[in-house]
Amino acid sequence: MRGTNAVLGATGLAVFLALGEAVPRLGLVKEAYFPPVARIAGALGDELSDDTFWTALGDTLTGWALGLAVAVSAGIVVGVLVSVVPYLREATASTIEFLRPIPSVALIPLAVLLYGSELRSVLLLVIYASFWQVLVQVLYGIQDLDPVADETARSYGLGSWARIRYVLWPTALPYVMTGVRLAAAVALILTVTAELVIGAPGLGARIAIAQNSQAVPEMYALIVVTGLLGLVINVGARTVERRALAWHQSVRGEVAV
Amino acid sequence: MTRFLLRLVFLLALPLVLLGLWWLASDDSTNPFWPPLRTILTTFPDVWTAERLRADVLPSILRLSAGYAVAAVVGVAVGTVIGSYRRVRALCEPVLEFLRAIPPPVLIPVIMLFAGIDDTMKITVIASGCVWPILLNTVEGVRAVDPVMAETARSYGITGAARLRNVVLRSASPQIFAGLRQALSIAIILMVISEMFAASNGLGFTIVQFQRGFAIPDMWTGILVLGLLGFVLSVVFQLVERRVLGWYHGLRASARRSP
Repeated sequence: MRGTNAVLGATGLAVFLALGEAVPRLGLVKEAYFPPVARIAGALGDELSDDTFWTALGDTLTGWALGLAVAVSAGIVVGVLVSVVPYLREATASTIEFLRPIPSVALIPLAVLLYGSELRSVLLLVIYASFWQVLVQVLYGIQDLDPVADETARSYGLGSWARIRYVLWPTALPYVMTGVRLAAAVALILTVTAELVIGAPGLGARIAIAQNSQAVPEMYALIVVTGLLGLVINVGARTVERRALAWHQSVRGEVAV
Repeated sequence: MTRFLLRLVFLLALPLVLLGLWWLASDDSTNPFWPPLRTILTTFPDVWTAERLRADVLPSILRLSAGYAVAAVVGVAVGTVIGSYRRVRALCEPVLEFLRAIPPPVLIPVIMLFAGIDDTMKITVIASGCVWPILLNTVEGVRAVDPVMAETARSYGITGAARLRNVVLRSASPQIFAGLRQALSIAIILMVISEMFAASNGLGFTIVQFQRGFAIPDMWTGILVLGLLGFVLSVVFQLVERRVLGWYHGLRASARRSP
C-alpha cells in the first residue's frame, strides 16, 4: 500500500517535471517566459556553486529563525499570562480580535522608514505575522483545560507555578505545536516577501535582482529553492510536532491505525 | 443589565486605554516617523475622500474578490476530485506539497512575465497564492467523509450531484472553511504586495507612494485603512461561516455537553 503510494507519488513528480520540460520545448509557452526544466536545473546548479547564493540562503534562514523564535516565545508567554491572570482574557479579547487580522504587509512602509533594508525590517514583519498564530493557539489550548484535572491538582495542593507546569502546559502543548507549525510557514512567507519588496539581503532580494536583470532561469531556480525550503520547514515542523506529542492521544491514535 | 454593562467594559476598556496611551505618548512627538495620533486622525478625512475610496480602495477590493473567488472555485473543484480518488491523491501529493510550500509572493515576478502588470496579473497572483490552502483542506475534508455516512447515502441511492452536494461537500465544509480562512489572509497580503510591485492605483500603491513622498501622517492613515480592511473582511468571513457552518458548531457544542 505504502509502496504503491510512493511509486504513484514519484510518477506524479516525474510527469510534472516532464510537462515542465515539454511545454516550453513544444512552444506552448514562450521559452523566454518559462524555460524548460533542464535549463532551470542548470541555473540551479550554477546558483549552488555560487558563494553569494549561500550567503543569501543564510540571511533568509537567519531572519526566519530569529523572527520565529521571538514570535513563539512571546506568543507563549503572553498567552499563558493572559489566560492565568483573572479577567485578562475577557479584557484583551476584543483587542486581539482587532489586531490579529491586520495584514502584516501594512507595516512594510513603516519598516522601510524605520529600519531601511536591514534585518530589523524583516524581523518586524515576521514577528508581527507569526506572533498571532502562536498566541491564538495558546489561548485556545488553555481554554481546553480539563476542569477536573485542574481541581484535582488544586486539591493536591499544587501551587500556581506547578499547575502551569504540570496541568496547563501539557494541555496546551498540542495547540502550541499547531501554532508553531503554522507560524513557521507564515514566517518563511514574510521573510521572503520582506526581502523581495524591501530589498533586505536574502533569497527574496536575489529573486528581485534576477527579475530586474531578465535572468529568467535563475529566477525560476531561486523560486524552486524557496519552495524546497518551505517543504523542508513544513516536514520538519510536522516531525517536531510528532516527537513532542508522542505521548498525546491524537498522535498515538494515528500510529495505531 | 449589569452583565451587559460588564461585557461592554471588557470589550472597550483595553482598546480605549491603548488608544489613550498612543495619543498621550505621541502628542508632543517631534519624531517625523511617529507623528502625533492627533495629526494622523485629522489627516484621515483629508486623505481618504470619497474620490480616493472610489479610485484606490474599490479597485483593490475588486481584485481581491476576483482572485479569491477564482481560487475558491478552482480549489474546491480540484480538491474534490483529488480527494475522492485515492490513486489520484497519491499521484498528486508530492507535487502539491511542493507547490504549496512556495511562498506565494515570489510568484509575482513569474506572473508578471506572463500577464504583464495589469489587473489580470494581480488577480492571477491572488488566485494562485490562495488556491493551495483551499485545495489541500478540501482534499483532507473530502477524504475524511464518514464512511458510514457515505455508504448509507449510497444504499439510499443518493448518487451524482445530490451525493456531491449533500454528502461530500457538506461533510467537508468545516475543513473547506478552515482553508478559506487561511486563504483570506494570504489574499490580503498578495493584494497589497502585487500593488506595491506594479500598479497605478490601489491601496498598496497609494501607501508606498505616501512613504516614498515622506507624507508620513498620510502613510499612517493608509496603514490604518489596511488594518480596518483586514478586520472588516475577517468579521464578514466569520458571519458567513457562522451561517453556513451553523449546523456544525451546534453539533460540536451538543457533543461537548453530553460526553
